[in-house]
Amino acid sequence: MMRLVPVRETILAGAILVLLILVASRFPGFVAPSNLANVFNDTAPLIILALGQMVVILTRCIDLSVAANLALTGMAVAMINVAMPGLPIPVIIAIAILLGGALGAINGVLVWKLAIPPIVVTLGTMTIFRGIIFLISDGKWVNSHEMSPAFTGVPRMVLLGLPVLSWAAIVTIFLFAIMMARTQFGRSIFAVGGNPHAAVYTGIDVGKTQFWAFVVSGALAGLTGYLWVSRFAVAYVDIAGGFELEVVAACVIGGISIAGGIGSVGGAVLGALFLGVVKNALPVVNISPFWQLAISGSAILIAVAFNARAGRKKGRIILKEAEGAK
Amino acid sequence: MTDAPQPATQARHVPDRLNSSAARLFKSWEALLLAVAISIFMINSFASPYFLNAWNLSDATFNFTEKAMIAFAMALLIISGEIDLSVASIIALASTAMGLALQYGAGTPELVMVGLTVGLLCGAFNGFFVTVLGLPSIVVTIGTMSLFRGISFIILGDDAFRGYPSSFSWFGQGYIYWVFTVEMLLFVIIAIIYGVLLHKTNFGRAVYAIGNNPTAALFSGIRVQRVKFILFLLTGLMSGVAAVCLTSRLGSTRPSIAMGMELEVVTMVVLGGVNILGGSGTIPGVVIAAFVMGLVTFGLGLLNVPGIVMSIFIGLLLIGVIALPRLWAMVAARRKA
Repeated sequence: MMRLVPVRETILAGAILVLLILVASRFPGFVAPSNLANVFNDTAPLIILALGQMVVILTRCIDLSVAANLALTGMAVAMINVAMPGLPIPVIIAIAILLGGALGAINGVLVWKLAIPPIVVTLGTMTIFRGIIFLISDGKWVNSHEMSPAFTGVPRMVLLGLPVLSWAAIVTIFLFAIMMARTQFGRSIFAVGGNPHAAVYTGIDVGKTQFWAFVVSGALAGLTGYLWVSRFAVAYVDIAGGFELEVVAACVIGGISIAGGIGSVGGAVLGALFLGVVKNALPVVNISPFWQLAISGSAILIAVAFNARAGRKKGRIILKEAEGAK
Repeated sequence: MTDAPQPATQARHVPDRLNSSAARLFKSWEALLLAVAISIFMINSFASPYFLNAWNLSDATFNFTEKAMIAFAMALLIISGEIDLSVASIIALASTAMGLALQYGAGTPELVMVGLTVGLLCGAFNGFFVTVLGLPSIVVTIGTMSLFRGISFIILGDDAFRGYPSSFSWFGQGYIYWVFTVEMLLFVIIAIIYGVLLHKTNFGRAVYAIGNNPTAALFSGIRVQRVKFILFLLTGLMSGVAAVCLTSRLGSTRPSIAMGMELEVVTMVVLGGVNILGGSGTIPGVVIAAFVMGLVTFGLGLLNVPGIVMSIFIGLLLIGVIALPRLWAMVAARRKA
C-alpha cells in the first residue's frame, strides 16, 4: 500500500508536467518562473481549502459548505474592517479563523451528536450561510474604497519574492504534512476513515474526530475568506459561488477516496494545482473560460474512475498474496 | 428439530416490535407533515389578504410542480441508496439542447422529444458510471453536475436562447380548466405513476430491498445494478420533463437555469420522510412535502421576503426535519435511563 500511494501522485504530477509542456510548446512564456509563481498564487486559496476538505473526506464525510463559509467569513471581516478600520490585521485574521472554525463546528456537532449524514448537513448549512450573508449585508457590496489599505494590502505583500497569499498556502501545506504524518489527530483521521469500527476499538472517538475535521475545514475556509475578500478587494453575497465543487474536485483528482481513509497531502495539493494550471492555461491557449466547468467535471469523472480501478487491482493483489502465503 | 421452536418464538417477537413502532413512526411523520402543511396554510391566509385567491394559489403551484416531478424519481433513487446531484444541470443541458434544436427549426413536438431524450441520455450517463463502473453516486453526480452545466456554458457562454414557438408555451403557461395548470396535471399524473410504481409493483419492492440490503437483494434474485440503472434513467427523464416545463414557462434558456435546484429537490425528498441513507420512504410523503415547501416559499414571497432569505428556511427545514426526530429519540432515551 505504501508503494501505491506515491505512484498515484507521480502520475498526477506527470499529467501536470505534460500539460505544462503542451502549453509551453506554443506559449513558452507560460512556464516562465514568474508566471508559474502567479499560477501558484492564483491556486493558493484552492490548495488551502482542498487540504481542509481532504481531512473531512478522509473521515468519510464531505463538506459542501466551505465556499459559503468562506463568503460569510469574508463578508463578516470586511464589515468589521469598515466599522473599525483601526483594528490590526492579525486580529482580523484571528477573527476570520475563529469564525470559520465556529461555522465548521456547527457542521461538526450536527454530524457528531445527531449523526445526520454530512452531505445533508452541509447542503443545508451551505444555503443557510449564504442567506445569512444577505441578512447581515442587506445584499449590499463592500467595495475596495471602504476597506482600509492595510486590510487589502496583506495578501499582496511580497515576502522573500512571494506574496503572502502564496506563503499562506505553503505554510498550510507544511503544517498539514506534519499533522497528517506525525500527530495523533492526523493518524486518527486515517484510522476513522479506514475502518471506523476498528478505530473505536483502538480508543478513538469517531464522532469527535469527524467534529474536529469539520472545525479544521471551517477554520481554513475562514482564513481563505479573509484572503479572498482582501485580495479581490470586494465582498458580496455570491463570492466563490460554486467553489465547493472545485474543492471537492481537487480532492477527488488528487486521489482522495470519497469512501474515506485513503489520501495524502501531496495528492490534494497536486489535485488543486492541476485545476489551477488548467484554469490559467485556458485563456493563454485561447479557449473560452466557459470551458472550465466542463473540464473540471470531466477531470472528476476520469480521476474517480481511475482511482477505483487502481483500488480494485490493489485488492486482487492482496488476495493473491494471501492465497500464496497459505 | 429441537432448535426449531426457539428461533420461531424469537422471530415472532422481534418483527412485531419493529413493525408496530416503524408503522407508528411513519403514520405520525406523514400526519405531522400534513398538520404542518395545514397550519402553514392557515398562518398564510391570516398573514396576507392576497393568499386566499384561486389565481394566486394556482400561481404558487409553479413553486413546486417542476421540482416535485424530479423529487418523485429522486425519492426512488434515494430509497435505493443512491443520489443524483446533477438533476439541475441535466435541466440546463436539456434546455440548451432544446434551444439548439430551435435554431435548426424544430417545432414543438421535436423540442419536447429533444428535451426528454437529453434527460434520458444524461441519466444513462450517470447510471453507466454508477452501475457499470461501480463508482459512488455522490462523486459521479458531483462530476456530471459540473460537466452537464459546463457543456451548456460552452454552447451558450453568457448568451441566451429565446423565441420559443407560442405552442411550446402550453406546457409551462397553459391551463387545463379554470385555474388548473398543465403542470398541475402533469404533477398529479406523475405522482400517481410513481406512487403505483413504488408501492404496488415488484419493481417498487425491489427498490426497498436494495436500499435496505443490496447484498441480500442480489441473493434473492433482484438485478440490483439493472434496477439502479433504471432509477438513474427515470431521474434523468424526469429532469427532462422538468426542463421542458421550466423552459416553456420562462420562454428562454440561459446556462444558469435551475441553478441550485438539486438542493431543493433533495430537501423535498428528505422532508417527505425518505431516509437519506436509503431503505424507507413513501410517495404520499413527498407529495405533502412538495405542498409544504410550495406554501412556505409562496407565503414568504407574499410577505416580501427575498428569495435568498427563503433559502435559509429551506436549509433549516432540511436539517430540522432530520434533526428533530433524532433529538426527540435522544431525549426519550435519556428519560428512560
